Amino acid sequence: MAEAIAFYTIAAFILGFAVLVVTTKDTVHSVLYLVLDFLFVAALYVMLGAQFLAVIQVLVYAGGIVVLYLFVVMLVNLKRPPEAHQDPHRRSKLGLALAAAVLVELGAIVASGYAKAAAPTVPAAALPVSGNTEQVGWLLYTSYLIPFEIASMLLLVAMIGAIVLAKRDL
Amino acid sequence: MIDQYVIPLLKILIVLFAGVLPAVTYMVLLERKVIAWAQSRLGPMRVGPYGVLQPVADAIKLMLKEDITPRKADRWVFTAAPIISMVPALIVYAVIPFGPVVKIFGKSVSLYITDVNVGLLYIVSVASVGVYGIILAGYSSNSKFPLLASLRASAQLISYEIAVTMTLVSVILMSGTLSMVGIVNAQYNSRLWYAFIQPVAFVIFFIGGLAETNRAPFDLPEAEQELTGGFHTEYSGMRFALFFLAEYANMIVVSSVATTLFFGGWLRPLPNVAALHFLDVIPSWIWFLLKSFVFLYIFIWVRATLPRYRYDQLMRLGWKVLIPLAIVNLVVTGIVKVLLS
Repeated sequence: MAEAIAFYTIAAFILGFAVLVVTTKDTVHSVLYLVLDFLFVAALYVMLGAQFLAVIQVLVYAGGIVVLYLFVVMLVNLKRPPEAHQDPHRRSKLGLALAAAVLVELGAIVASGYAKAAAPTVPAAALPVSGNTEQVGWLLYTSYLIPFEIASMLLLVAMIGAIVLAKRDL
Repeated sequence: MIDQYVIPLLKILIVLFAGVLPAVTYMVLLERKVIAWAQSRLGPMRVGPYGVLQPVADAIKLMLKEDITPRKADRWVFTAAPIISMVPALIVYAVIPFGPVVKIFGKSVSLYITDVNVGLLYIVSVASVGVYGIILAGYSSNSKFPLLASLRASAQLISYEIAVTMTLVSVILMSGTLSMVGIVNAQYNSRLWYAFIQPVAFVIFFIGGLAETNRAPFDLPEAEQELTGGFHTEYSGMRFALFFLAEYANMIVVSSVATTLFFGGWLRPLPNVAALHFLDVIPSWIWFLLKSFVFLYIFIWVRATLPRYRYDQLMRLGWKVLIPLAIVNLVVTGIVKVLLS
């Protein structure tokens, strides 16, 4: 019971801040709401007993990536209100289509979740290591090795791309 | 019931109100005294014998001062910024072990608030949130110099965070655990403090610690000559004091983390030599506080001794010396560990 209350409270905060992120006029405030949003997501991870993920969520998203966002937003100094964008491409139907696709995907996940609810979940005891960090590491380097490597390749590509963009003549 | 709620709450209250807050206020006095001695002065002498009541007078003065918010400031963010920089500095103490599990009145009580298995990562992530206090203070003041100072501060924090985190990884490789208590126990088992096994990591950690707490010689965000005071120029009264206290609280955090990771935490010197058993008369937490105090003293000593770095020198040191050194140290640690096992 207490767990359900905690979950719904945290979920309400996550959704509330997410709405504020996209509706706030002041860009810096919107970035700050994003930080709060990430912190509540971390709280959700703690509730699920995934302390490692929670800490990484705070470290990478709240403490790392959003700081860089904030930098950019502060330096660019966006004083134009969103209405000033009269660019038709920005309000194209593409956005709606993407949102619909995400909605369908989420629906599919929820539906398949109900279908599988009877099936037993994979017990954590199947892993040869104990401890939150060790289990994440073990899974990353065994079952999820290929997605993990692809993700790191993606990061490498992004890094090289940034260097190429910043330094035209190497 | 008592074990689950009362004792942790008591521990938090004791650590915060009997430990951190008095320590932070008296750090200010210690700093003024030590710098005065280094410069052949007396330092504060008027309030109480040898000036020991100076922090009390300072606190009363700061609380009674008028609290001004600039008219064009971003009001909410301006109010929140000091709080955002103070809170991370305080909640880090949740995982710092002041001692092992001891018996008090026949009841075994651990001398740390909690021991999570991601303790070290928790400290790093909380510290990374602390940057917001500085950035937002500079931004919300709506004033040129604080903004420049906060950009400097955050660039500095982000750059040195990388090197510091890399050294932490090599410590984790040695200990095989992320728990702060586990790291101290690993040092007990390896018979040597990690400062002697990982000297390079320790030096990088300490330099990075100086930079991350905005201390001399890396106190560019507060360079009075160039910036009229730094990111807190527009703050007055108690809000200014919060920034001040957060800086000192962060210094204490860096000192206690350095003690835990590199100097055996609560362990006495040479914990495995039976001939030195008489040293156990001194309780473990006193050893911890003594070692941390030495670091705090060095912080002040460095400030009294070294001139300030130039901004480009600071960035060059961070990116071109410390980060490569930290990476090499990490790789060498890994290779040696594989070869020895």
